[in-house]
Amino acid sequence: MKNNFEFEADSTAKKIYIEREFDAPVEKVWKAWTDPEILDKWWGPKPNRIETRIMDFKVCGTWQFAMVTPEGQKHWLYAEFTGIETHKSILTKALFFDGEGNPVNSGPNWYRDTRFSSIEGNRTRVNIAITYEDDATFERFTSDGYFKQGTAIGYNQLDELLASEKVTA
Amino acid sequence: MRRDIFQAVADPTRRAILTLLVTGAMTPNAIAGHFDSSRQAVSKHLQILTECEVVTAKQTGREIHYHFNPEKMKEIDIWLEQLRKMWMDRFDQLDNLLNEL
Repeated sequence: MKNNFEFEADSTAKKIYIEREFDAPVEKVWKAWTDPEILDKWWGPKPNRIETRIMDFKVCGTWQFAMVTPEGQKHWLYAEFTGIETHKSILTKALFFDGEGNPVNSGPNWYRDTRFSSIEGNRTRVNIAITYEDDATFERFTSDGYFKQGTAIGYNQLDELLASEKVTA
Repeated sequence: MRRDIFQAVADPTRRAILTLLVTGAMTPNAIAGHFDSSRQAVSKHLQILTECEVVTAKQTGREIHYHFNPEKMKEIDIWLEQLRKMWMDRFDQLDNLLNEL
């Protein structure tokens, strides 16, 4: 496969590893990952979208956004940047919160370690490791978290949506 | 408190209990015999596993046997498949954007 998407899970250790290659130089990919206007265009998997409320891209800064379902329901998420190395890595800890800055669970709930590397052909490889801290996180994700809603709809409509987008693109 | 499959596998002792039960149903005493932890501790784990519905307690005469419920374990696979698809879709959207940047 051209973009070499890999997804591995160690559910007993509550860790997920993701790898993906992009047909763009690392500076561009980095921008897409850190510019809220661009993030809002791709981070929310269709048919959901995201709305960034605050993006303060620095260590100890936060990215606060809502995952908005097609019905207009909002699930707030909050990520704090714990480490940044320009064009190389972004470390975050994340949790659900209520939109006013209060965590929904006692959090932090999960950690994401994102690494960027230049590869041959002016391309970029991104490696992501996600660690879930506690059971409450899994519970949240599997009960009324955005996954279930997003993907339940997604399973039925996503392929269709993507196909129609390709037609108009 | 609502229990789910992820809580079942979150603990190493519970994973070991599940591994034991995959080979066949066992009584709580027989299960406890495989662990250094106290009978009460094992009992507590069995209670959580039962609440997660990944094991089922069945009364046979005077004895209770715990059975493994493989169907329940599939929930993890389903969740992971959803997560995998979410990241795939997200990245496909990014591919299109990168062309425009």
